[in-house]
Amino acid sequence: MFKKISLAAITLAFSATSSLAATNITWWHGMAGRNGEVINEISQKFNEAQSACALTPVSKGTYEEALASGIAAFRSGEQPNILQVFDAGAATIINAKGAVVPAEDLIIKAGHNFDRNAFIDGVRYFYADSEGKFVGMPFNSSAPIMYVNDEALKKAGVEAPKTWEEFEAAAPKLKAAGYIPLVQSQLTWQFTENFFSRNNIQFATNNNGYDSVVDTKLKVTDPNLIMMFDKLKAWKDEGYFAFYGAGWNDNQKVFEEGKAAFWIGSSGSFGGLQKTAQMPFSATFLPYWNAIEGAGTNSFIGGAALFAMSGKTDEENKCVADFFQFLTSPEIQYFYHKATGYVAITKAAYELAQKDGYYKEKPVAEVGIKQLILPAGDWSKGYRLGFYPQIREIMEREYGRIFSGETTVKDAFDTIEKEGNDLLARFAKTAG
Amino acid sequence: MTTGTESLPALRGGTATDGRRSGVLRLFGGKAKGGEEAAKRVQFSSPYLPYLFLAPQLAIIFVFFYWPSIQAIQSSFYLEDPFGFGSTFVGMANYTDVLTSGEYLGIARFTAIFTALVTFFALSIGLLLAVKADGVIRGNATYKTLLIWVYAIAPPVAGLIGMMFFDQHIGPIVELARWFGWEIKVGINYFDTAFAMIVVSVWKQIPYNFIFFLSGLQGIPVAVREAAAMDCRSGFRRFWTVILPLLAPTAFFLLIINVTYALFDTFGVIDVMVKDKAANNPITLVYKVYMDGFRGNDLGGSSAQSVILMLIVFVLTIFQFRFIERRVHYN
Repeated sequence: MFKKISLAAITLAFSATSSLAATNITWWHGMAGRNGEVINEISQKFNEAQSACALTPVSKGTYEEALASGIAAFRSGEQPNILQVFDAGAATIINAKGAVVPAEDLIIKAGHNFDRNAFIDGVRYFYADSEGKFVGMPFNSSAPIMYVNDEALKKAGVEAPKTWEEFEAAAPKLKAAGYIPLVQSQLTWQFTENFFSRNNIQFATNNNGYDSVVDTKLKVTDPNLIMMFDKLKAWKDEGYFAFYGAGWNDNQKVFEEGKAAFWIGSSGSFGGLQKTAQMPFSATFLPYWNAIEGAGTNSFIGGAALFAMSGKTDEENKCVADFFQFLTSPEIQYFYHKATGYVAITKAAYELAQKDGYYKEKPVAEVGIKQLILPAGDWSKGYRLGFYPQIREIMEREYGRIFSGETTVKDAFDTIEKEGNDLLARFAKTAG
Repeated sequence: MTTGTESLPALRGGTATDGRRSGVLRLFGGKAKGGEEAAKRVQFSSPYLPYLFLAPQLAIIFVFFYWPSIQAIQSSFYLEDPFGFGSTFVGMANYTDVLTSGEYLGIARFTAIFTALVTFFALSIGLLLAVKADGVIRGNATYKTLLIWVYAIAPPVAGLIGMMFFDQHIGPIVELARWFGWEIKVGINYFDTAFAMIVVSVWKQIPYNFIFFLSGLQGIPVAVREAAAMDCRSGFRRFWTVILPLLAPTAFFLLIINVTYALFDTFGVIDVMVKDKAANNPITLVYKVYMDGFRGNDLGGSSAQSVILMLIVFVLTIFQFRFIERRVHYN
């Protein structure tokens, strides 16, 4: 706490002293704890590296709160220069034409070079428009990966599965050895959105929503997705899978305590897990179904991106562009990667981390990036769906009902598709 | 305390407050003001002066209540993109969308049941404890302090403590229930979560009700109690026919406060309990407004919901004052 306050004080003092000559810009974000401190450290590094701009980061609480305060501020003309928006909120801000200046335009206008190919594949499209132009600047990026309890595997004499078929074969042995074979922490992100990406299946019409908001419809009644959840339900009934509700930590805890063999978490969980896990662990890719043709493609990123809000002076926009440039430099990316566990988003930063021997020391840290740079498929680039946070809430509700036995898998997805499509139609009206 | 001319419920409510305050004062050993003093009429020298005194309060009410209410009513008729670039007038569509949604009606049903149960248990347990504490003669100050100080705990802290009792992995109540063969699964099973929410909400409100009931009880004159004791031997009947009617003004006040508490102030408990992810857990109407408005950025829909909520509270308050307050006698 003291560290946080003193850091904030330093940042504040710094921006105060340099504000006479420098252009002030603000950055609202939704990160707390250690991740919030790292944001302050990065801002401080930026302020020390140059004198023309002074950046002040402000924590607005959670991702949702950051977006809500950004919106409220924009409506009263008090918006920050940079707003951090999470994956599910991307459609909200990108479809509000005129709320943001596309990051790519901003950077080119400021006289910098911009090379889309410098970014790793899984990162490149998620916050871009349908032509591939970067609207948001990817910032903290993570991938859903599978953490492995090494002790459990040794005891049961199995190997970490690459596919769900292999998991099915290993699960009885793990159960017999006294472990819960599988837990996960977010069914929406890990078993829905990234089920579509890993198995290369279309998620929504209109090119997963990228091409237009009009008439975009979910395709969640896809037989493969229904099969996945039928399996999860069957696994739960047989004791191969345990479900502790929609809360992230309730599910993670079982793995930390060494009671579960596999946990689907985030590549960004690595930092915390190193401190909390009570047993040796490793990690591997999120499994896919061998039976699905073309499966095994890359997953897309989770996490959040930075958006340059419109309605600011050229001077301030130049500073924002400079900051984006600074942020994507290999050194800063590597620093951020190491400090938080989020993946490096540029190829240069990835190479730097490799050269530095970081992955020899911490192989788990590389799993997320490796999964993001797997060969891409048509449907592994991302999705752009309006009111998506609400659609996720519907999914969470229905998934909870599946596992408490209140509904069947088929009925649950019918409901999700119907209510989700109503929301998409409603969003099309607001954006139109 | 009766002036004869006061017939408006609001004014009578005012005297009830005085009665209660003096009770609280008495509880902490202070001196209560006599009823005669309050009945004296004070005249202002200028007719505008009272308005001047009222102005700051009215300004605050206008800025923090009427203004947002008007805005909510207005935006409930529009479909708006969150950033405010365009809004389309949709008439009553937001209302019909909400009221025809089975999900919303389910939440409304839960809210009604939740409010009724929380109010009932918080009031009855508070009353029971107050009556028992009032009857204690030896060391009664200790008992009272022990029961009252809980109220000083900040609501979120109380919510967190309550939540820990029901934690899936370490909750003592969960362990206890397992002993009796009941697997409590808060966050997974709808009814278990509802049960935990009601228990924590009631638990948090009991000290508040206790304080008011106790002060109400101590405001009942000893002479009345003694007279009643001479007439009737049954303690329960004495309580039912003499004490409870005399407590009615306090009980009525607490009824309104508790209903509002269950409807709105339990937000924090629910938020802590569902850990930011409602999923298939029970939630109340006010949490749904928050979810759609602040997390879903659907301003029109969530405005319509808050207007509906406003109407519900409006109707409830009128009902309480018109039908229940009639049965309440103020001294």
